[in-house]
Amino acid sequence: MVPLLWYLTLAAALFCVGLYGVLARRNAVAILMSIELMLNAVNINLVAFWRYLTPAAMNGQVFAIMVFVVAASEAAVGLALMISIYRRRQTVVAEEVDLMKW
Amino acid sequence: MPPLQIVFLVASAATLVSGLLVVVSRNLIHAALWLIVTLFMVAVLFVLLEAGFLATVQVVLYIGAIAIMIIFAVMLTRRVMKDPGPQTNKQWWLAALVSLAIFAALAAILFQVPWTVTNASVSPDSLTDLGKSLVDTNRFVLPFEVASVLLIAALIGSIVIAGGRD
Amino acid sequence: MPPLPPFDFNSPISWAGQAIVILLTGVGVPRDLAGAIATLLGVIVLASYGLTITLLLIWAERKLVGRLQDRLGPNRVGPYGLLQTIADAFKLFTKEDITPTGADVVVYNLAPLLSVVSVLLIWAVIPFASTVFGTNINVGVIYVVGVGGLGTLAIMMAGWSSNNKYALLGAFRTAAQLISYEVPMILALLVPVLLARSMGMNDIVKGQTVWYIVLAPIAGLIFFITSMAEVGRAPFDLLEAESEIVAGFHIEYTGLKFGMFFVGEFLHAFTISALAATLFFGGWRGPWTDQVPLLGVVYFFVKTAFAFFVVIWVRGSMPRIRIDHMLAFNWKFLTPVSLAAVVVTAVVDKLTPSSEWTRAGALFLANVILGAVVVWILAATARRQRMQEEGSRQEAKHAGPAQGAEAHAGAH
Repeated sequence: MVPLLWYLTLAAALFCVGLYGVLARRNAVAILMSIELMLNAVNINLVAFWRYLTPAAMNGQVFAIMVFVVAASEAAVGLALMISIYRRRQTVVAEEVDLMKW
Repeated sequence: MPPLQIVFLVASAATLVSGLLVVVSRNLIHAALWLIVTLFMVAVLFVLLEAGFLATVQVVLYIGAIAIMIIFAVMLTRRVMKDPGPQTNKQWWLAALVSLAIFAALAAILFQVPWTVTNASVSPDSLTDLGKSLVDTNRFVLPFEVASVLLIAALIGSIVIAGGRD
Repeated sequence: MPPLPPFDFNSPISWAGQAIVILLTGVGVPRDLAGAIATLLGVIVLASYGLTITLLLIWAERKLVGRLQDRLGPNRVGPYGLLQTIADAFKLFTKEDITPTGADVVVYNLAPLLSVVSVLLIWAVIPFASTVFGTNINVGVIYVVGVGGLGTLAIMMAGWSSNNKYALLGAFRTAAQLISYEVPMILALLVPVLLARSMGMNDIVKGQTVWYIVLAPIAGLIFFITSMAEVGRAPFDLLEAESEIVAGFHIEYTGLKFGMFFVGEFLHAFTISALAATLFFGGWRGPWTDQVPLLGVVYFFVKTAFAFFVVIWVRGSMPRIRIDHMLAFNWKFLTPVSLAAVVVTAVVDKLTPSSEWTRAGALFLANVILGAVVVWILAATARRQRMQEEGSRQEAKHAGPAQGAEAHAGAH
C-alpha cells in the first residue's frame, strides 16, 4: 500500500505550487485557477486522512464535499466579479484593479 | 515495488507537473487546460484512495463545470488573442521563495510526525453510509444545509453581479 | 495449465475473461498482468463495437431522414446503399489534412479525439444484459454526466483552437447550451436514482419491475429532451448552425478529423438512446430474461433502436430553435419542472406503501397531476401575455392614428 506520507507530501507540494500562482500571477483568472489548485491539495489531504486514519467514519469525505461546494461557489462568484470588472474597466489584471487601495 | 505505488508515483508526478504548468503558462487557455489535467489526476488519486464517489464528483464538478466556466471567462475577458506583457508580477521571486519555504517547513513537519495508520479496509457500502450521514440529524445535516444555502447565495450573487443591466 | 471452465452460455463475457486469464497464466504471465490484459481486451472489443455500429447508424439515419423528407436516401453503394458510409469514410480519408494558420496545434488535434472518447466511455457502464456489461460501478449515473462534460470540453477546445471567429462563436454557444441543459438533465436523472435507490446502471435496470417511464414520465421526457440538447443535434444544433455561424466549432476541420466529430455526434445520439432505454424503458428487461439472460441483449437493442428512431424523427421534423428561446426554454421551463418532478417523486415514493403496483399507480397519478398543473400554468401565462399584447396593440391604435395613417400612406 502507498504510505500516507507520500500523499501528504504531494498535497503539500501542490498547495505550494498553487500558493506561488496566487502570489505571482497578474491575471485574476489565473489567480482563481491557482486557488483551485490549493483547494485540491487540501482535498487530497482530507481524503488521504479519511482513508488511512478513520475509514469507518465518513468525516473526511464529508469535509471533502464541503470543499467542493466552497470551490464551486467561489468559482461562480469570482468569475462573475471578473466579468463585471472587465465590462467596466476592460481589464482583469489584478494590479490594475486597485481603486480600493486609495 | 508494488504496482499501486508505481501508479501513485506516475499520477502524482503528472499532478505536480501539470500543476506547475498551470501557474507558469503564459497562455491562459493552456493554463486552464493544464488545470483540467491536474484535476483529472487528482481524481485518479481519489480512486487510488478508494473514494470512487469523490473521484466522479471531482470530474463532474471540476472538469464539467468549474474548468469550463474558467475557460469561458478567459474567452470572454481577453482583449486580444494573445495577451502581451509578462504574466507574473514584480514580486514573483519573493512568491517563489515563500512557497518553497512553506513547502520545506511542511515537509520537515510531515517527516517528523510518526503517522499511525490503520489497516482497516473501506466497507463496500461506504457510499450508502456517506449519503445517510449527510441527512442524519446526529451527524452532518447542519453542514449539508449550510452548504446548500451557500450554493444558493453564490447562484443569486453571481447572477446579480454579472447579469446586472444598469 | 488448468482446464478451461465449461462455456457458460448465460454470462459469456465473464467466461471469456476467465478463459483469457487462465490461458495467459498458463504460458507464464503473472496473474495481475493477465487480469489487466483481459480488461484491456474487453475495452478494445467494446470500443471497436461502438465505432463499427456507427457505420450502420449513419446509414440508418440518412435512410430514415431521407424517407421523412420524401426522398430515397443513399441507395447507390452496396445493397440498399449499405456501404455508402464506408465510401464516405474513404472519401474523407483522401481529403487534405488542413491545420489553419495561428491554430493551437496540440489542442486542435486533441479535440476530435476527445469528442469520440467521451462518447465511447459512456458505453463502459451501460448494461446490455443482466450478465453482459462493462462494469457496474456504484456511481454509474454521475459517471455518465461527468463523461458528458468531457464532450463539452472537446467542443470548446475545437472552437477555441481553430483561430476562427465562427468557431469561437460555436464554442460560446456550446458553453451556454450544454452547461445549461446539464442542470435539468442531472435533476431528471435523480428520479430513477431515487426510485431504484442506487446509482449503478445495472441496479437501476434490476429495479424496474415496472418501467420508470410509467413511474416518472415527466422525468423521462425531460431527460430525453435535455440529452438531445447535449448531443447538439436538431432542433438544438445551434453549435453548428449552418445558416448562422457556417459550421460552428468544426468549421476548420477537414478529412478524418472532421469525420471523428461526425462519428462522435452519431454515436452520441445512439448512446443517449441507449441511456434512455436503460434508465426509463427497462433496459434488458423483457419476458424470459430470467431463464436466458442473453435474450436481454435483444430487448435492449430493440428499445434502443426505438429511442434512436424517435431522435431521428425529431431531427427530421423540427426546425432549429432560436438561441434565446433555447435558453428560456431551459431555465424557465425545464429546470423548474424537473425540480418539481424530483420533489414530487421523493414525497410520493416515501408516502405510498411498498407494494410495487400501488407505488407505480401513485407515482403515475402524481406525474399526471404535475403535468396537468404545468400545462395549466403555461396556458394561463400564455393567455395573460396575449391579453397584454392585444391591450398594447389597441392602445397604440387609439393613441396614434396619425402615425398609423402615415405608415399606411408610406406603405402605399
